Amino acid sequence: MANVKPRVRVPKKAKKGEIVEIKTLIEHKMETGIRKDKKGNIIPRKIVNRFESRFNGNLVFSSDWHPAVSANPYLSFHMLADESGEFEFKWIEDGGAEFTKKAKMTVS
Amino acid sequence: MTLTSVSLSRRQALKGASAFALTLVAAGLLAPQAHADAKMVEEAIKKLVKGTPEEGKIKLDLPQIAENGNTVPVGFEVDSPMSKDDYVKSVHVFAEGNPSPDVASFQFTPACGKAACSTRMRMRGTQNVVVVAEMSTGKVYMAKQQVKVTIGGCGG
Amino acid sequence: MAFTPSKFIFTALALAVGFAGTASAADKNWGKYQVEDRRSGFTYATKETQAIQEDNFQNPGMIWVDQGEELWNKVDGKAGKSCASCHNDPSSMKGVATVYPKYNEKAKNLDNIETRINRCREENMQAEPWKYESSQLLAMTVFVRHQSLGMPMNVKVDGAAAPHFEKGKAFYYQRRGQLDMACKHCHEDNPGGQLRANTLSEGQTNGFPTYRLKWQKVGSTHRRFRGCNKQVRSTPYKYASDEYLDLELYVAWRGRGLPVETPAVRN
Repeated sequence: MANVKPRVRVPKKAKKGEIVEIKTLIEHKMETGIRKDKKGNIIPRKIVNRFESRFNGNLVFSSDWHPAVSANPYLSFHMLADESGEFEFKWIEDGGAEFTKKAKMTVS
Repeated sequence: MTLTSVSLSRRQALKGASAFALTLVAAGLLAPQAHADAKMVEEAIKKLVKGTPEEGKIKLDLPQIAENGNTVPVGFEVDSPMSKDDYVKSVHVFAEGNPSPDVASFQFTPACGKAACSTRMRMRGTQNVVVVAEMSTGKVYMAKQQVKVTIGGCGG
Repeated sequence: MAFTPSKFIFTALALAVGFAGTASAADKNWGKYQVEDRRSGFTYATKETQAIQEDNFQNPGMIWVDQGEELWNKVDGKAGKSCASCHNDPSSMKGVATVYPKYNEKAKNLDNIETRINRCREENMQAEPWKYESSQLLAMTVFVRHQSLGMPMNVKVDGAAAPHFEKGKAFYYQRRGQLDMACKHCHEDNPGGQLRANTLSEGQTNGFPTYRLKWQKVGSTHRRFRGCNKQVRSTPYKYASDEYLDLELYVAWRGRGLPVETPAVRN
């Protein structure tokens, strides 16, 4: 999973006071830890267990995921547009690896 | 028409069923093993939130019938002013029939403007999905819906 | 014993697939997803699955489009070339998916998009061919086919392609495997019927490589053929085998006029 490229969709522009929808998608098998391989050995669990969304450095929204979240996790959520700035999205995998993506939004 | 409604010997029935069920076992989702139930979900809720959940405030967006248990769209919206004094702190999603009751938790702030999310979850067969919302005021709300997960007959 | 197990299975299957449930769906106007009497697999999917495909952000197959775009610009092989070195902008691939599989004069055989990509890698880039069903070959195939999104399938089945088309057609109607079933028993005789809880489709390939909820990733037409062949308990052919290339041509012709949907989302 070294080359994971998250996809995000945020509006480039928003009006102050508008509630914007943010969509995210990340490629990940979300290996549950209960499946077995062909030899009958348990395939170790490896999932993205946390997602965080910051705006101008402040944590606005976060989510904890369990193995019941589908492969290639999709998540949409909302934010109140108040000031222009930058989103920072972070996905954290079992074992601590992090995948990040940034996006700017202008609020007028 | 189901296989079992045809009069057959046990052996025939087993052979017939196995022809269709083979891939399901291979998919792992249907492997015979212990799974959560309503009671485990209740306990999981107790662990995460204080107070007795009330009904209301939560609007669920779940299919009545899911085509495939690997990817079931799940969405919710919690009715809240999302102000500093009264907002949705967190929402927890549970599944009553999965190997483990926990699915996902979502933490909100007033800056979200709206406590609504959509994602996709795995479901090991037909079961109830339980969604619990914790408000900043200490109130707790709960909603529940059954989703039927179809069992594939084909699909290579 | 009134009948043998395999006969029983087939009888049960015939009963299960039946003809019930097709009437209401047949009346519906499916817009771009139907051409004459031919309907895309999209029209047999649940509305939730359709919604995932139609939102090009929610569609997880788009991950492979992104990966393909990255590979398009990546230099690989002894010739020091990328796809972009010769083909420039990926828009040069517009329409390509609609005419594949296609007869290749030099190879004296059919090429599908996958084998064509690998031919390019070996001959022009002097790079190693990608393994069939590898993430790279899937990504590039999805990316190339996606450039023709919405364009009608239009393969050539006459001339040098004719013998391949005939072989593919013969494969389609040939009973095989322990269940003794041909492609046509499900996909020509019973689309819209139920196989247990699954809705049978016409088995169209216009959306391939397709993101299957079951696979939790994209997969090729040949992976789907292998799956179908295994389901009727016959020995599947190899990826890129002559048998599957011929079949792919016949099935593409069956879906003539249907729009390229790659990456489609299916159960």
